[in-house]
Amino acid sequence: MSKARVATIWLDGCSGCHMSFLDIDERLIELADKIELVYSPLVDAKEYPENVDVCLCEGAVSNEDDLKKILKVRARTKILVSLGDCAVNSNVPSMRNPFGVEDVYKRAYIENAQLNQQIPKQVIPPLLKNARPIHECVKVDVFVPGCPPSADGIYYVVSELLAGRMPDTASKTRFGA
Amino acid sequence: MNPSAQKVPSVKTLQINGKDVSAREDQTLLDVARENGVFIPTLCNLDGLTPIGACRLCLVEVKGARRLLPACITQIQDNMEVFTETETLVKYRKMILELLFAERNHVCSVCVSNGHCELQAMAQKLGLDHIRYPYLYPKLAVDASHDRFAVDHNRCILCQRCVRVCDEIEGAHTWDVQGRGTASLVITDLNQPWGTSESCTSCGKCVQVCPTGTLFEKGRASGEMTKREFLPYLTLMREERV
Repeated sequence: MSKARVATIWLDGCSGCHMSFLDIDERLIELADKIELVYSPLVDAKEYPENVDVCLCEGAVSNEDDLKKILKVRARTKILVSLGDCAVNSNVPSMRNPFGVEDVYKRAYIENAQLNQQIPKQVIPPLLKNARPIHECVKVDVFVPGCPPSADGIYYVVSELLAGRMPDTASKTRFGA
Repeated sequence: MNPSAQKVPSVKTLQINGKDVSAREDQTLLDVARENGVFIPTLCNLDGLTPIGACRLCLVEVKGARRLLPACITQIQDNMEVFTETETLVKYRKMILELLFAERNHVCSVCVSNGHCELQAMAQKLGLDHIRYPYLYPKLAVDASHDRFAVDHNRCILCQRCVRVCDEIEGAHTWDVQGRGTASLVITDLNQPWGTSESCTSCGKCVQVCPTGTLFEKGRASGEMTKREFLPYLTLMREERV
């Protein structure tokens, strides 16, 4: 049997979901026999490949770069998993939403900056009006709430998907878990 | 009044999900369902407070009724045929919860009540894993003017437990609701900072009955706000005194 092509991606999140994924510890070795990790912040691939079977997506869609990435991921992935509260309900990144982008920029780059106060116009991707859950931007196949979802919860989800079943995530995790 | 002169409530029989049950005529559908081990979800309901049917989670189908009825404020009738787990109800319950989440800024991970929140627990119980409706992201205030307590409107589901416990149990009626629809807010006295309220006795009952992290004790960090269940005891003691 050929290995499943698995990817992970990190949008507007703290990487806590990736850390929780790594917390499955020795089960990573067992997983390594079943999957090929084709793209991830944890490996070196620079371009998101075609024909990915499963992508675990951490983080909210908060800036133009996030949006471009998730559109590409969706187009090239069979099963897209919203991993963690930021991806599922935009969580902490969404706490800026009530204030509006201009106020957020001012707070970060003018009021709280000691040197060279200016709002960046290049290199840093422009913020979208709101930090949004992934499913508001593209179709999501599996939702795994939790901040972060537990290692056991993530292992359960990945195992079920590799076995060709859709996981029942509500029994394993919850918002804010 | 001589207790023996009181009218003895008669017994009525009805069906819940096809099962025959009997109950006193003055009981609500919710009471009877719970007595018989039938699960009906609720958020605004709390034993010891007058039910008001605010959250609509307890809606049930009653044969012959043209609309869905809130179980917490529907008195039983003879030969009622009640259904609590129909496809429509399961769908609506999820919708109601999703709308509650979409209406304010519920960020469970950083909430004082994370892990002890009735809204969060209900979402998991009803299998809610994401919100299909667009979030409103309203800009809402936090009032920390009271010495011991604070109110964060971002987390309020307008269940009005605080309003009722303050009025019915403490007798102060410090809390009330202003506005309409999604613009409604719980307020203290004449919509003034809680710390300046003259009617508030600082008893903390409102904080203890809040189902979410809206009302909390100051100094609590994420997940640290736990509640005590004091109402059944107070209610019992007062009934014995009458």
